[in-house]
Amino acid sequence: MRIKGSAIVMGLYLLFLLVPIYWLVNMSLKTNTEITSTFSLFPNDLTFANYVTILTDPSWYNGYINSMIYVSMNVVISLTVALPAAYAFSRYRFMGDKHLFFWLLTNRMAPPAVFALPFFQLYSSVGLFDTHIAVALAHCLFNVPLAVWILEGFMRGVPKEIDETAYIDGYSFPRFFVKIFLPLIASGVGVAAFFCFMFSWVELLLSRTLTATHAKPIAATMTRTVSASGMDWGVLAAAGVLTIVPGALVIYFVRNYIAKGFALGRV
Amino acid sequence: MDKTQNNKAWFLVLPVLALVAFSAVIPLMTVVNYSLQDTFGNNEFFWAGLEWFEDVLDSDRIKDALGRQILFTGIILAIEVPLGIFVALNMPKKGFWASFCLVLMALPLLIPFNVVGTIWQIFGRVDIGLLGHTLAAMGVDYNYTNDVFDAWATVIIMDVWHWTSLVALLSYAGLQSIPEAYYQAAKIDQAGRLAVFRYIELPKMQGVLLIAILLRFMDSFMIYTEPFVVTGGGPGNATTFLSIDLVKQAIGQFDLGPAAAFSLIYFLVILLISWVFYTVMTNLDKRDGV
Repeated sequence: MRIKGSAIVMGLYLLFLLVPIYWLVNMSLKTNTEITSTFSLFPNDLTFANYVTILTDPSWYNGYINSMIYVSMNVVISLTVALPAAYAFSRYRFMGDKHLFFWLLTNRMAPPAVFALPFFQLYSSVGLFDTHIAVALAHCLFNVPLAVWILEGFMRGVPKEIDETAYIDGYSFPRFFVKIFLPLIASGVGVAAFFCFMFSWVELLLSRTLTATHAKPIAATMTRTVSASGMDWGVLAAAGVLTIVPGALVIYFVRNYIAKGFALGRV
Repeated sequence: MDKTQNNKAWFLVLPVLALVAFSAVIPLMTVVNYSLQDTFGNNEFFWAGLEWFEDVLDSDRIKDALGRQILFTGIILAIEVPLGIFVALNMPKKGFWASFCLVLMALPLLIPFNVVGTIWQIFGRVDIGLLGHTLAAMGVDYNYTNDVFDAWATVIIMDVWHWTSLVALLSYAGLQSIPEAYYQAAKIDQAGRLAVFRYIELPKMQGVLLIAILLRFMDSFMIYTEPFVVTGGGPGNATTFLSIDLVKQAIGQFDLGPAAAFSLIYFLVILLISWVFYTVMTNLDKRDGV
């Protein structure tokens, strides 16, 4: 009896999650005339023209390429600096460590709206405005603290005896870190990468403020249809659907670690 | 775990420090700078002291925005946390259906914020949206661009849609860590469903729930894109939350001084509340001996 009840609850919840997304997909497969003139749960006049528009027009698909570039850069930078720091926090006590850790976390708490304007001025003055690296660095503001937090949680789970044995066996620190330690926390690294990807991919305020044309993210390109002559609902919906696809793919690959990952290694 | 005292660990932290100094400290100092000065353009600044802070603390506009922000955060926490726990309790424990639910539930979390806004903006429209159209067909007078209550309802349902899964996934992770033996012991003691929840599941979820509340608090307190896309802060100022108001002031009107003072106060409020959460969390970690 209980199994049946829980199945109903889950069914309703998933329905609630999926209906708005379904509506977007449904709209992306209709023509604009059909969207505005008739109201139907299924496309009567199935068309892929909206997707064709996006995939053949450089000003559209470059948005995806730009987003992909700065997101990957951000993931690499965040993980590279976060790994040694997380190791230090998980293994050593040092002067000011607790304060430093909280100070790092405060950057995760900083509202992007506070930083938008200073970032714009900072990156303009060093000549990085409208480059991918500018967005990647700006997103480090909240991704690095998060990566350190997640990795530290996973690293705490690895017994210290492993480090000590490796040093006795004559491993140098870098070699031990790459050869022995990294494989042990591989799932943690995956989870951290997933979160960096996620928060960099969904963020818009900073990435829009810091770019004009060359590095403009897809999410900002989308606002174009809204102001263009009339509303191009079909293309807008198709662009929206295409921004969901990379996220969905990534989720599929990390599905077995998602729950543990969201707990930041702290269960 | 007992850690070794070693101040050389600072070297491992240096890259992070350098990066964060560039991407956080310098911009933050710019903000502090603006908050203490006034300008008549031409890059000529002069000292204004604490004038802006006094202005900001006196202004009704910001008090109203703060009030709306607190109300919004309060409502979404009150809905998302219990709902998230409830969903987690009903999730399949393992096998194909568990993965299936996990993947679908994580989906809204990976949608760019403005697409979330767009989805709900379309979904709620009376002419072409499923929700708006259905409500209109049922005779409900629903219009999120004109009616304050409808605008709030839409923004809140959107946030519940967007983030409840985060709470649910965290609670699920907490539930997964409970050994089967606990449930068997409860069965022997003839504990009811409520007792199992109160004395076994809830304590085990405590840690992850705190993370969930902390994350949801921080993120909802800085929410900008989603309500902005749906309502643009309107009708009137009804859904103008702190970030929306700040961006209007800083980038829209270019009132740098007041905007900077506002930013700092805003940041400090978040810091203060987060610090409380963080302290509670680390103390819990210590008590459990992790």
